[in-house]
Amino acid sequence: MNRIGESFLQLLGKTPKKPTVEEILPAAQEIHYYKKVNKVITREVIMKLHAVPHKNTWRNRRWLTLLVVNLLFVVSYYLDIQLLEGALTASRFMGFHMADLNSALQVMLAFKEVLINLVIGTTTVLIMWLLLGGRTFCSWVCPYHLVAEWAEKLHLKLVEKKIIKRVTFHRGMRTVLYVTFALLAVVTGYTVFETISPTGIISRALIYGPGIALVWVGFLLLFEIFVSRRAWCRYACPIGITYGIVGLVSPLRVTYNIQDCAHEGDCRKACLVPHVLDVTIKGRSRDVNMAIGADCTRCGLCVDLCPTDSLNFEYRFTGTGK
Amino acid sequence: MSGKKRKLNPREQKLRREFLRSVVLTSGLVGTSLLGFIPLVKGEQRRLRPPGALAEQAFLAACIKCGQCVQVCPVQAIGLADIDDGFGIGAPFIGARAQACDFSCDGLQCVLACPTGALTHEINYSHETRMGFARLDRPAACFAIRGEGFKGQARGADFDGKLRYDDIDRWNPLYVRDNPYDLEICDLCVRHCPIEIRIGQCEAGKPPSGDQNQCPPRHAIKLEAFETVDGKAHMRPLVLDGCVGCGVCEMICPVEGDSAIVVDSRKTAETV
Repeated sequence: MNRIGESFLQLLGKTPKKPTVEEILPAAQEIHYYKKVNKVITREVIMKLHAVPHKNTWRNRRWLTLLVVNLLFVVSYYLDIQLLEGALTASRFMGFHMADLNSALQVMLAFKEVLINLVIGTTTVLIMWLLLGGRTFCSWVCPYHLVAEWAEKLHLKLVEKKIIKRVTFHRGMRTVLYVTFALLAVVTGYTVFETISPTGIISRALIYGPGIALVWVGFLLLFEIFVSRRAWCRYACPIGITYGIVGLVSPLRVTYNIQDCAHEGDCRKACLVPHVLDVTIKGRSRDVNMAIGADCTRCGLCVDLCPTDSLNFEYRFTGTGK
Repeated sequence: MSGKKRKLNPREQKLRREFLRSVVLTSGLVGTSLLGFIPLVKGEQRRLRPPGALAEQAFLAACIKCGQCVQVCPVQAIGLADIDDGFGIGAPFIGARAQACDFSCDGLQCVLACPTGALTHEINYSHETRMGFARLDRPAACFAIRGEGFKGQARGADFDGKLRYDDIDRWNPLYVRDNPYDLEICDLCVRHCPIEIRIGQCEAGKPPSGDQNQCPPRHAIKLEAFETVDGKAHMRPLVLDGCVGCGVCEMICPVEGDSAIVVDSRKTAETV
């Protein structure tokens, strides 16, 4: 299975498998073997690595970007400066059309006609996210992502204090929902998904003022706090799949280098989509350098957390690694 | 089918439970989204849509719920529907009694702003729009029919609505509350009808930008005199086939409470 095919299947819900010895390239095998035989990673090593508090560089940059983008819509409207008109679903940046790929797709499926403006807007945004990583939209722009991150902190506290138990769902359900909403748009002729999309709801609430639709967003957040961690983004949101597909072939991604990795798993614990970091488990990496899959939102939490700098952002048009 | 069921090991049990949970959550989300159908089939509140809106079903399909039409409207006539409109969430509407579309932008800015063609780009002029059709809803309340004049602020001191008062300011809409009236007989619905105003400009040889295409081919509303026993002059507003349903008459009507004249959305001269 090639990298992009495997990445696509994982995006749709496939659980990554441990590679067989034959699938692991000799160079990687050597490192796996070296670490195992020489017992390189001990408790002391890990303790020492974690003595230094981790950075929040990427998280801070990301939160700032997310806030600036969303506030730009608000400020542009309130000051009437026509810098960024519209909402996240569709907008004009200094007069130039932009359209959210998922919203545009829903409209095309429901309406079955495409105006040139929408073609321009969709193509612009497609190229933009193709260059910027696809699901980068989720963690760097989507306003629901930010509030969900805060809800996640509460959720993790409750789990830590054993007040609630972890509840998981099958990731494949997002694919089922994706297909269902696409079919519903075609069959009913309405953009059914927009009715429950917290991204559109929050974006419009910020710009045009709050409404009762925010109750639905609140309900989703409560579900994520008390029932299942990051449930909407992990198991439900079709926007994630749309941008994930764009991210399949994006040059912007996080890469993993096996050399210094202590395999202690901090990155997987913080990750919204931990299956993409499966390669960081001891013995799982098939190569010395591995590109992280398309479902990765390029949020950079793992890059910030990794005490050995084994995870880094990379901008490359071909292959993997350095 | 073998009669004996193999006992599932704990891992299989866990996966099975996860699978069932996922089925429930998936159905729940799809079910919730489909609740959006309810306001549509109930269809009580047929919203007045901005100029150029396609037929309701196509309009809701094509609208990307971005509000660019809201942002360009010079009189802020357009609002976005909330989740109680179901699939109509985020779609633009006009609450004419609070603020009607008076075409002060001249160029149908909302139509130009629409990225998807939910507001069709096939129309260019105010008289080509078909938002609805005005109807005298409460004739007994109408000042003109009662033979009464009107003095003061049309909608009271607290009314936030704006209209373009062409002879005062060609470019900026003004608050209705800042422009009180003193009328022998109330003719506000005719006086402020954007179609009638445009026809007046055309007859004076001054269509906007000198563009003859701006001139509406048909009248939209007029006052018709009728006699009663009291000998007073009575006038009845008569909606004509040039009415596009912009809602200005509904907005400016100075009677207390609901307007005497209202716009039925989606009706046109052809369908009334």
